Amino acid sequence: MGILDLANPTRFLRLVQIVLPWLAGLCVIVFAAGLYMSFFTAPEDYQQGATVRIMFIHVPAAWLSMMCYSIMAISSLGTLVWKHPLADVSAKAAAPIGATFTFIALVTGSLWGKPMWGTYWVWDARLTSVLVLFIMYLGLMALWRTMEDPIKAGKAAAILTLVGAVNLPVIKFSVNWWNTLHQPASVVRMDGPTIHPTILIPLLVMAAAFTLLFFVLHLMAMRNEILRRRLRAMRLKAAAQARPASAALSPQAAE
Amino acid sequence: MSGWISSLFRRELQLATRAGGSALVGVLFFLAVVTVIPFGVGPDLNLLGRIGPAILWIGALLATLLGLDRLFQADRDDGSLDLLLMAGRPLELVVLIKCLAHWVATGLPLVAAAPVLAIFLNLEPVAIGAVTLTLLAGTPALTFIGAIGASLTVTLRRGGLLLAVLVVPLAIPVLIFGVSAADAAVSDPVPFLTPFLILCALTLIAGVIGPIASAAALRFSAD
Repeated sequence: MGILDLANPTRFLRLVQIVLPWLAGLCVIVFAAGLYMSFFTAPEDYQQGATVRIMFIHVPAAWLSMMCYSIMAISSLGTLVWKHPLADVSAKAAAPIGATFTFIALVTGSLWGKPMWGTYWVWDARLTSVLVLFIMYLGLMALWRTMEDPIKAGKAAAILTLVGAVNLPVIKFSVNWWNTLHQPASVVRMDGPTIHPTILIPLLVMAAAFTLLFFVLHLMAMRNEILRRRLRAMRLKAAAQARPASAALSPQAAE
Repeated sequence: MSGWISSLFRRELQLATRAGGSALVGVLFFLAVVTVIPFGVGPDLNLLGRIGPAILWIGALLATLLGLDRLFQADRDDGSLDLLLMAGRPLELVVLIKCLAHWVATGLPLVAAAPVLAIFLNLEPVAIGAVTLTLLAGTPALTFIGAIGASLTVTLRRGGLLLAVLVVPLAIPVLIFGVSAADAAVSDPVPFLTPFLILCALTLIAGVIGPIASAAALRFSAD
């Protein structure tokens, strides 16, 4: 089954119905294993103590925040170039999930920063670019909400997503420049000792669990979005078929 | 070929300068922002001299953001945007010309006002020259990037606030290199030319990406 077969939303929904329970089950199992390993198997860091365990949430969330934007950028290409009917559904469904992962990365990062660096926030290059990414996610979601027609909103958001994708490396580069220019030595470096396998393996398992979680949530959100659009189409149809007098009574459905 | 370009440019410029006088209002807003900052940070002239370039840049960014919704909104309201779309001219070029005219009408007055406002902020002569030069090189980028947001929000009734939210993250690199270049001219060991050339490069990149993305957004908003 190619990606073109999935252009039919009904066929896509049938596939989701089959795949989703397995994916969700796998996600729960990997999460259980990852959480067990990160809480009980992984040793405490000799400098950071138990706070090193924040890493098992923080680092996968940060990875996912970037992966989610890449998926949105690819979906936007799908919307604009190939006009794939599910591409804008995918991009719209991914945005809130990506924003949530970015938010988790920011919050866990600042909770980790308090005991380690003595402050919740530093204007470190990496933190700043994640914050900018977060703002861009929220801006995209706001753009989506302001437009009534999902097709038009999808195209507008796709353009902004692609402009953002071109701009993100520039922003990253310039924030690096800005930071090194202003506080070269005082920046706390994150790479301490190289990661030992006893920590690396739980981290990778947690990363896999987060990725599975993303796909579960993404498929669910896409399914909901398709159903929401069908509801909207049915409402419009009902409004068009109703008598003119009753259609005039409910202008928001006829819009 | 060049006839329609110059007449479109003239039309935009006349509309921007005559109807409503947006150029003057933008400069007035710039003045208001710069006046308000010392009330926030205190009247310490040394401090103001140090952060002066940053204040001027942020003021110029805010003034540019406020003027952006005029870029396509009026044309859409009276229907001339549809005429431009149907004229058969390359829409990217049309957007580029509109941006340039908008910059001449609103951005250039900001650049011209910057040296005067810099005196309020106790900037040295070298810093005044540097910050004016960086504004001259950098504010076109703000207009080009802003055109993307303006065309995305042109169909919305109240798009001004959303426009600002969409544009600000994309404008961060311009702000960083504008302020770095202005600072580098005075104090930092980094040579002035390095960040300044990057700023020029950003303007050129924005001059390509902005009109292309903005034209695509306008086409989608029309059909």
